[in-house]
Parts: sequence; C-alpha cells; structure tokens
Amino acid sequence: MTISTTPLPVATETEAPPAAAKASRFWAWIIFTIGALYFLVPLGATFWWSLRATAGTLGFEAYRRLFEDSNFWPSFTESVVNAIAAILLSLLIIVPTAYWVTLKLPKLRPVVEFITLLPFVIPAVVLVFGLIRLYGRPPLLLTATYDSSRVLLVCAYATLSFPYMFRSVDNGLRAMDVRSLTEAAQSLGAGWPTILRRVIFPNLRVALLSGALLTFAIVIGELTIALFMAQQTFGPYMANLTRSKVYEPSAMAIVAFAITWAAMGMIALVTRPRKRG
Amino acid sequence: MGGAPRPPRFRFGRYLGVVPFFVFSGLFLIGPALILAYRSLESPDGTLTLDNYRALTDANVLAAYGMSIRLSLLTAVVGGVFGFLLAWAVSLGGLGRSTRSGLTTFSGVASNFAGVPLAAAFVFTLGRVGVVTDLLAWMGVDLYDTGFSLYSFWGLAFVYLFFQFPLMLLVMLPALDGLKQDWREAAENLGATPGQYWRRVAFPVLLPSILGTMILLFGNAFGAHATAYALTGGSIPLATLLIGQQISGDVLNNPGLGYAVAMGMVFIMALCILIYSVLQRRSERWLG
Repeated sequence: MTISTTPLPVATETEAPPAAAKASRFWAWIIFTIGALYFLVPLGATFWWSLRATAGTLGFEAYRRLFEDSNFWPSFTESVVNAIAAILLSLLIIVPTAYWVTLKLPKLRPVVEFITLLPFVIPAVVLVFGLIRLYGRPPLLLTATYDSSRVLLVCAYATLSFPYMFRSVDNGLRAMDVRSLTEAAQSLGAGWPTILRRVIFPNLRVALLSGALLTFAIVIGELTIALFMAQQTFGPYMANLTRSKVYEPSAMAIVAFAITWAAMGMIALVTRPRKRG
Repeated sequence: MGGAPRPPRFRFGRYLGVVPFFVFSGLFLIGPALILAYRSLESPDGTLTLDNYRALTDANVLAAYGMSIRLSLLTAVVGGVFGFLLAWAVSLGGLGRSTRSGLTTFSGVASNFAGVPLAAAFVFTLGRVGVVTDLLAWMGVDLYDTGFSLYSFWGLAFVYLFFQFPLMLLVMLPALDGLKQDWREAAENLGATPGQYWRRVAFPVLLPSILGTMILLFGNAFGAHATAYALTGGSIPLATLLIGQQISGDVLNNPGLGYAVAMGMVFIMALCILIYSVLQRRSERWLG
C-alpha cells in the first residue's frame, strides 16, 4: 500500500449559494437597523433636547447650567472617591484570595466562586435592606452618621464588584504560570508582599484594569444603595435633578452615557491583544 | 503505624490568605442576607415561625410579584429573541467586522447604562413631551391617546429592553462563534438545506445556551430597582419597589412580611442563576 505524499486537493471553503447569502445579509441588515434605531433614537432625542435650553436656538446652555449647579460637582466627586475606594478595597481582597486559591487551596475554589457570585443572587435593594437591619442598631451601629454610612456604602460597592473582579483576576492568573513565577521569586529570596507587589500585580495589569473600570462604570451612578443610606452621591443627585429641572437632566443623561462609554472604551483598549514585535 | 501517612492537620497558616475575603463577605454580603432570613422566620414575640411566608399570599405582595414576573418574562423573551437575532446578524449574517466590533462595544455600554440616566433618556424620547411623541403628534398621531404610556407596564418593559438586548448579544456571540464550520459542511454534504441545518443541527446545539441566557435576562430584570424607581417612582407595583417602600416605612404594616418578600426574591434569583449555570455547562459540551 502506498501512501500518497501529495496532499489531497482541499475543497475550497464552501460558501452558501450567492442567493441565500444575499437573502441572509438582507435580513441581517434589517435586524441590525431596527436594533440601531432602538438604541440610537433615545440617545439622539436626549441630545437634541439638551441643546434646546435657550429658546429659539440650539446651544450648550443645559450643560453650562448642569456644571454650574451647586450640587453637581460635590456629588460627582463624592461618587468618584467612593468608586476609587471600593475598587482599591476590592483589589486588596480579591487579588490575594484568587492567588491563594490558585496556588494553595484549589479545593476552596468553588466556595470562593460561589460567594463572588452572590451579588447576582442578592439584588441591590435586598442587600441594602439587610445592611440597614444589620448595622442600624448596636452592637454594629454604622448607619448613625453620614460618614459611617459612607464606609458601609463603599464596602457594599466592593462586594458588588466581586463577580467581575474575581473572574477578571482569575482569568489573568490562569493565563500565566503562577506556580513557577512564585517559586522563582521565592528562590531569589522574595517574601510574600514582594511576590504579590513585584511579580503578580504587574502580570495582572490588564485584568485588574478591566475589573476596575467595570466597577467604576457600575458604581459611579449607583442609585439604590446610596438612596436608602441617604448618601448625597451622583445617583440620588441625578434622580433629584430629573424631578426638579427641565433641560439639565438631558445634559446629565448624555454626560452619564459618556462616562459609561469612556469606561467601556478603555476596557476595550487595554484588553485588545497587543502585537508583539 | 510508623509508615502510615499522618492525617493532614488543619493549619491556620494555609488559610491565612483567604481569611480577609471570608470575613469581608461575611460582614457585607452574607451577613445582611442571613439577618433578613432570620428575621423572616421570627414572629413578633420572638419565636420561630413560618407565618411570614404564609402571609406572602397577601394581595399587595402577590400583585407586586406577579407584575415583576410578567415584566421579567416579557423582557427576557423579547430581549432574548431579538438579542439572539442581532447576535446572528453581526456574526453569521455577513455584516462585516467593524459592524460587529462597534455593536459589541456599544452593547457593553448599554448593558451597564441602567438607572436614572436610562429612564431620563426615554422620558425625553417617549414621555409626554418627548421628541418622538412630538414627532408623532406632528404627523397626526397622539401617542398618549392610543393608550400608550411610558410610565406604565408596557413603557417600563420597552425601557428594560435597552439593557436586555445587549446582555443577550454579549452572551450569545461567543456561542454562535462556537458553531463549527465542519457541522455546516457535513450537513450540506448530506444534502441538508440551510433551513434544515438550522432546525436540526445549529438550533438544538444552541438551545441550552439560548434558554439559559434568557433565564439570566429574567433575573436581570427581576432584580432591577433603580430604573423602575427613576421612571415610575413606585406607581407600578414591583417586588423591588415594594421592598424599597418597606425599607423607608412599613407599607405592608407587617415588618416580618417585608423580610419574607425579600427572601422570596433571593430564592427566585438563586433559582435563575442555578438554572443558568446548569444550562451553560450543558452547552459547553458542544460549544466549549
């Protein structure tokens, strides 16, 4: 029996018959157009409305008024600070945990995974209900003052980020050889803090950044938890604005959309596969 | 005895790295849920009881749960079907790479664009003085005369779709990418029409994933509070809004019942996530 060394002629990729491909492309465009209209019309209408604050002309008056509103910047900066605090807290908890579970306690992984998914199971309004009942009276009184409630809010936001942060970090850790890197660092005399700070963190930069940005996008305009904890953050501020003003809320919605867009755009940017060479 | 392996001792040091995680989750995630669970089982005089769960048949509670379930079901099915079609259009429909990456990025934004700004955007579009409402009036159609209202069940459902489609799209795209070209070729070589290929091969393979993601959408809508609060302020009875009102003041005139309503939500959400993960695992057998 002779084995032919010449490769068999490979069938060129069988395309669907032109007519069928044309028909499916036609339907694809119809569906895409309906989707695009559904998404873009509300944004376009809101933008259009935001330009009409001065009677008779189009202009950015609504944005000027929004940015000059005495409560805009304080509530916005407060939310930014809360978001950053929640991100740092979440990183500080999730990175060592994911690292430890990968390296030393793989048996614990399902338990940790389950807990990080709990924010999907416990809706925000139920979580804040429980937090208020748990921390609303001694011995764990935390809702007594504005600042202690704010600490509670940041902790709640950190837990909200767990599903995204854990998954992101876990994927990042799987992509590198944690064990060899750790052993190499240990053999060079590095202690645990040094290993985490100089070896693990730098290798996780992309995972950490995308987890952080997603958390930021979710937390920055969060309404439910902040509302019931009587916090004067960006979410409750926006809710008030829609009740008290006519044109400013449209500018606000556009600004909020731009913030979400910026966070998501940056995620796409940092996670884009980098060309080597 | 000397050669027998020693039973592993529990050494605290081994668990040191995960202690902060468990303590923190216990304090701010599990603890709050447990206290609600405990209170839901407590009678006014402090004894254990199931009375609060029996009281779930209260008319207000049933109305809120019913409305939440109908809203979630409707937006999960409509969002699921259309989201799937959209995913198909940009992956296999031949619309090109840039359309696809544009829509994916946009979906990432839209699926996270919920709450006050989303409600506001739709008010400016389809509210009483919204741009589209105006436009229709100019064309001679009074939208609010036809019985439509943005602040009703249907209006809210229409708004929810803004974060439901994109989530479906984002979860379904990888599943559609997982359909192997070989299957299609094999089906064609055996003489199958594209319709037969979809009905007999592609669709059955995708079905667990489609159903699972629709259940995920159900949970996504069921737990949503901010958008409904911002749009209706509570004029529509929804489970999340009812819990919110129960936090601010005991609207049910029965604190225990409020806890039971909250636990009922957790139970339904847990069921959704469970079914989703089972179906997702099933679909990975083919599409993984």
